[in-house]
Amino acid sequence: MSFFVEVLIGGLLAGVMYSMVAIGFVLIYKASGVFNFAQGSMVLFAALTYVSLVERGFAWWQSFAVTLAAMIVLALVIGRVALRPLVNRPPIVLFMATLGLSFILEGAAQWLWGAQVHQLDLGIDDKPFEVAGIFISEFDIFAAAIACLLVAVLSLVFNKTRIGLKLRAVADDALAAQAVGVNIETVWAVVWTAAGTVALVAGMLWGARTGVQFSLSLIVLKALPVLIIGGFSSIPGAIVGGLIVGASEKLAEIYIGPLIGSGIENWFPYMLALVFLFYRPFGLFGERTVQRV
Amino acid sequence: MSPPPWLSLDGISISFGGVKAVTNVSFHVHRGEILSVIGPNGAGKSSLINVINGIYRAQTGRVTFDGRAIDRITPHEAAHLGIGRTFQNLALFKGMSVVENVLTGRNLKMRSSFLAHALRALSARQEEARQREKAHQMIEFLGLQRYRETPVRQLAYGLQKRVELARALAAEPRLLLLDEPMAGMNTAEKHEMSRVIVEANRKLGTTIVLIEHDMGVVMDISDRVVVLDYGKKIADGEPLEVRDSPAVVAAYLGLAPEGFASAGVVPGGQLQ
Repeated sequence: MSFFVEVLIGGLLAGVMYSMVAIGFVLIYKASGVFNFAQGSMVLFAALTYVSLVERGFAWWQSFAVTLAAMIVLALVIGRVALRPLVNRPPIVLFMATLGLSFILEGAAQWLWGAQVHQLDLGIDDKPFEVAGIFISEFDIFAAAIACLLVAVLSLVFNKTRIGLKLRAVADDALAAQAVGVNIETVWAVVWTAAGTVALVAGMLWGARTGVQFSLSLIVLKALPVLIIGGFSSIPGAIVGGLIVGASEKLAEIYIGPLIGSGIENWFPYMLALVFLFYRPFGLFGERTVQRV
Repeated sequence: MSPPPWLSLDGISISFGGVKAVTNVSFHVHRGEILSVIGPNGAGKSSLINVINGIYRAQTGRVTFDGRAIDRITPHEAAHLGIGRTFQNLALFKGMSVVENVLTGRNLKMRSSFLAHALRALSARQEEARQREKAHQMIEFLGLQRYRETPVRQLAYGLQKRVELARALAAEPRLLLLDEPMAGMNTAEKHEMSRVIVEANRKLGTTIVLIEHDMGVVMDISDRVVVLDYGKKIADGEPLEVRDSPAVVAAYLGLAPEGFASAGVVPGGQLQ
């Protein structure tokens, strides 16, 4: 039993890492109805910039500040150059723009910082410690705490401020929001900045776990089942979805793996997402959309 | 002599990928009037309204409003200038209640900085109460009291149209653009809607540009009427003179004679 709980907790904590990536998607999806394909590249770009600055001898907070500033500039440039000309176009047009953006970002990251793999040490040991007979990874707890903090800040901004009200208005109906005086470009700048910040934090945590390398941009693929399960338009959904994916893939690996061969955790989340698509296509927390004909 | 035009469109042309929606259309709107833009489907009426509040950009031509050029305006800037609007296909915050929707009409326009907001925090509750009071006035004005807390999504189409108008009016616009506010309504509902539009015009002093298909309504409430056909202006003037203009009769008889029937005019008889 304690082994089961250990696997479960390990899985949930790993799931938090998935949630972090998924939240970046949700922010932009909510505000513009666009699946931002470049989110993974943003994670890579942020992590690579951070680790390269650290390797050049900057303190962690200096590197963090510079990278954060870079992500903000990036958000503003993207809004100005890529999104402004595409206002009020269909979501697929914006999606294609983010697809192009992801290649530009990856190219820029490689051009700036090179293609080698970097070790990233955040100064947190990945040692397990024991609580009531169960071993828990210190790093996972740290990552979960950071994620909680991030979500708390985001929900404060989006629920208690005027910009939050604007964001919700744009998310609900972009045309109506503009008609009542909301500047959609400001809202986009804010959500892309928020998504960039989330990408930086996710990139640092993932980078510390797996090393900073180009495959980091592929966590887009891992975020997909999380979003399908939780719903594309819900931050709580992204969190719960991440937890479900993390816990279920670890449990499946341990308990079903021996029966049908290991390596299950690589495809189990997609299976789960497929089941959700059949029975709950809008996800656990997503808005049910009804098309009337 | 008539007063100088308050809103004027001069030589506006709009095309979409080579298809001309509007060709060289000019007209003026005077402060305080109700101007209707009519014409068969696809005549370019909505495109013109979309140019006025900046959703579309005209390929050629100039738009001036209250003495300033607004050809390069964006929709939110238009809202800040006091240009409100409703949409043909409704643009409401469907997840919010009626009162929340109407409140956004007032709240989101405010451009107060974060600091000003914080400094005003002391009086914030009174401010909030004042805004709600105004919102409730608009809700009553449109007879929506029963649905105050109902999510807009759950309302019938005709009621949603009214909520949209309430939200637009709550912002106290100087110029209000109404894109087919009565589409899909029955006679009684249209009558009620006409009353609200006329009252908004008389009591609140809102200048109104109205797109409407129902000729009866148009003839009743408009001060002036602009008629479009295939993206061109074919008539412009007071309701009666426009109705009798040969170009208008020809355009309408070819396409929608029932429009005239509802205005109490027998098309055949009018031609003689």
